[in-house]
Amino acid sequence: MKLIIAIIKPDRLDAVKKELYKADVNLITVNEVLGHGRQMGITEVYRGAKEMGNLLRKIRLEIAVNEDFVEPTIKAIIKGAQTGEVGDGKIFVLDLLDCIRIRTEERGNIAIG
Amino acid sequence: MKKSVLVLMLLLSLLFVVCAFASEPEKKGEEVLAQNPISPQPKVDTGDTAWLLVSSALVLLMTPGLAFFYGGMVGKKNVLGILMQCFTIMCIISIQWILFGYSLSFAPGKGFFGALDWIGLKGVGLEPYKDYAATIPHQLFTVFQLMFAIITPALIIGAFAERMKFSAFVVFIILWSIFVYDPVCHWVWGIGGWLKEMGALDFAGGTVVHINAGIAALVSAIVIGKRRGDAHKAILPHNLPFTILGTALLWFGWFGFNAGSALSANGLAVNAFVVTNTAAAAAGLMWAVLDWIFNEKPTVLGTATGSVAGLVAITPAAGYVSALSAIVIGFSVSIFCFIAVTVIKPRFGYDDALDVFGVHCIGGIWGAIATGLFASKGINPDGANGLFFGNPKQLYVQVVAVAVTIVYSFIVSFIILKVVDIFMKIRVTDKEETMGLDLTQHHENAYTIIE
Repeated sequence: MKLIIAIIKPDRLDAVKKELYKADVNLITVNEVLGHGRQMGITEVYRGAKEMGNLLRKIRLEIAVNEDFVEPTIKAIIKGAQTGEVGDGKIFVLDLLDCIRIRTEERGNIAIG
Repeated sequence: MKKSVLVLMLLLSLLFVVCAFASEPEKKGEEVLAQNPISPQPKVDTGDTAWLLVSSALVLLMTPGLAFFYGGMVGKKNVLGILMQCFTIMCIISIQWILFGYSLSFAPGKGFFGALDWIGLKGVGLEPYKDYAATIPHQLFTVFQLMFAIITPALIIGAFAERMKFSAFVVFIILWSIFVYDPVCHWVWGIGGWLKEMGALDFAGGTVVHINAGIAALVSAIVIGKRRGDAHKAILPHNLPFTILGTALLWFGWFGFNAGSALSANGLAVNAFVVTNTAAAAAGLMWAVLDWIFNEKPTVLGTATGSVAGLVAITPAAGYVSALSAIVIGFSVSIFCFIAVTVIKPRFGYDDALDVFGVHCIGGIWGAIATGLFASKGINPDGANGLFFGNPKQLYVQVVAVAVTIVYSFIVSFIILKVVDIFMKIRVTDKEETMGLDLTQHHENAYTIIE
């Protein structure tokens, strides 16, 4: 089991979701987050006072998958989120120790899908 | 390239205004006078009464408007603090004014205050009081002036935003109204007031309202000290649409403020209405251009700030200047306030959180001086001519009124703040400031994140 965390551009969310559904990945959690990478955000100015290196809006996805879904999920996210410009985001893949479905108390692989 | 074209256009339009201004006919005044014959017997005029009732309501709306103007500019943990302070002032001053504030300000007298004759509105009835307003019930004049007494202290709160203890704020506001607003109001507008007798022109409150509050704001910013945290984070607005909503309400209410100050539904009120709108527009435009030149992009906050500065500057002049003068006053006030906010404030390092001094005091000073320059008897025969209409003495009188207000308000506001600080500490603790005024002063939160 893996936990896939992806940081993407907000306007790519719909495209990523579409690609994920195509790959049969239907369980995702979405957060609005702030952050910046090497491009260091945008400077804001309020009555002449400059705010350097401000944070940009991003979307953070969390998807728990079984081993055979890892590569299709990564491919789907890339297909939906890639524009080729700076700021497309990152995908992190983590080992997942366990997964419990609260309704049935099922554990492990069966609880993910 | 785009910028230089814009600047050129602006300069050309300014030139046009100056030329047109030079060739302006002087006759308008007789027409205004003809529309407004002053009857010797005080008699309530229904049209005037209706307009002043509406104007009073318009001016009241400016205080919640100001609350949103300020509220949008503070952090989201302090927005209720701002709204609450504005609302509390509406409640406190409404009572104070009826009990003794109106009497201290407006009862005829030559002293420091007016007099105590009108305490509890004793003798202030529904018949006109002709020395103030001959065609509306005396109590309507009282309530119209009440709205000015409310918004003036409300202006100050922008300076000590995000760090003033609520209890100390309440005491400060009551003392400030009694010892600063009421006397200055009497000197400039009250019968027997010495600045009024000297001939100072202040149509709707440039001196009494804006310079007065703006100086008190500077003093409170210095006395209470800087906000915690990064020094360069001067303003971090949590909701600029609120600020625009507030600006719109201010602009709307200002028609009551300025056109209502004609105290009559007549040509003079129309002149004030026209110049008010014109100056706000010119100043908003000018600030946007200045932002574009010096900060790369025109900003929403800057444009709104400029409009408010324009409204401030035209306030003392509204009943004495023409629409073309209003364009000059509007364009120029944004330049002065822009310098005050972006150059002077960072250089001196006082933390006037929402630029009350930079916008209201500087704008008010320029408005009062501009009145001494651009005032014309052709607009208002009851007024006076300014320097550009051949009367340099008026400029001198205006400068004296401004200087007196600045010195008096500075000293007395300082004393009040220091005294209140000795007894109850005006500033919240560091921990309370970090948590925000909404939670620590009012046990409330403006926005829920998790329901």
